[in-house]
Amino acid sequence: MTNRDEVPKVNAGSMADIAFLLLIFFLVTTSIETDAGLARMLPAINPKPPLPIPEKNILPILINGEGALLVDDEQVDLADLRKLTIAFLDNGGASQEDPRYCDYCRGERDSKSSDSPAEAVVSLLSNRETSYGTYISVQNELVGAYNDLRNREAQRLYKRLYTDMEKAYRSPETPVSVKEDLKPKIKHIQDLFPLNLSEAERN
Amino acid sequence: MSKFAKKKDGDLPAVSTASLPDIVFMLLFFFMTVTVMKDSSLKVENNLPSASEIKKLEKKDRVITIYVGKPTPEYAKVFGSESKIQLNDKFADPSDVGDFILMERAKKAQELQNVLTTSLKVDKNANMGIISDIKEELRKVNALKVNYTTVSGDAFTNLE
Repeated sequence: MTNRDEVPKVNAGSMADIAFLLLIFFLVTTSIETDAGLARMLPAINPKPPLPIPEKNILPILINGEGALLVDDEQVDLADLRKLTIAFLDNGGASQEDPRYCDYCRGERDSKSSDSPAEAVVSLLSNRETSYGTYISVQNELVGAYNDLRNREAQRLYKRLYTDMEKAYRSPETPVSVKEDLKPKIKHIQDLFPLNLSEAERN
Repeated sequence: MSKFAKKKDGDLPAVSTASLPDIVFMLLFFFMTVTVMKDSSLKVENNLPSASEIKKLEKKDRVITIYVGKPTPEYAKVFGSESKIQLNDKFADPSDVGDFILMERAKKAQELQNVLTTSLKVDKNANMGIISDIKEELRKVNALKVNYTTVSGDAFTNLE
């Protein structure tokens, strides 16, 4: 005699196979993407010619087609670029009476180099034949130089690395209250060492 | 002595596989949540250079991707071995980049249209000429936020 109230059990033995099938499908069709990189802003198209900048406030960097670097008319190695850039940005050559005087700079105070980090411009000239890998390496060193200086100031003012603060600010997991707290700090550090990087191309 | 002998005590009981589906489902959900679908197949070589001072691109819906590189061997016969731009699924000229950006921007939600980032995925052997052309086009359509997408690593390895 069968019991009509009892629902027969469905055999779930093949469930694992179905799940495996789905798993393998997702494994094949997806990729964990490497979406990270050097964030840069392009200059807006400006109809007005920019104001002339005194030569001592410019650090000209040239990359030729073979990937060789020329900084300030001297051929340098990529390994030295970060050091040179930091020395240039951190110079603070303006005298103490000058309104542009930089009290947090620890550089040489050479009057022939940049007046203050706010005035200093790094000018990057590349050639059409320059390989992209070289260009990225140079960009990486320049951004690295700025990050090193910003980290130093952030460490001094807030006892924290600038790169950490920025990462926390950009992360979606950070609570809004923390972000509100970080925002003026990040802005302040950015104002101390603004990223003035001008790019041009030369044939 | 019965035909069906009683099992000896030394025999191991069979391991229950009833929880196997649950384990596999867990794996499945993990992969479903951490991965994203490939939206276009690559037609160009794309060995990204490495860099150390990188920032993550947090939100996928705010990114427009442009690929640049040499066409892969199967396309090299038709398109040659010079570096080409790939927009979505097709090869394009630098002059098409502006239109592509405007089109992609129009597809996005209104509130995202001003915060879009252009991710440049460029092969490390490409030359700067084509990149300069792209940057010029991006400036024309006011897409100024770019991200030179790289892999995390030592930047000095790019020089080989």
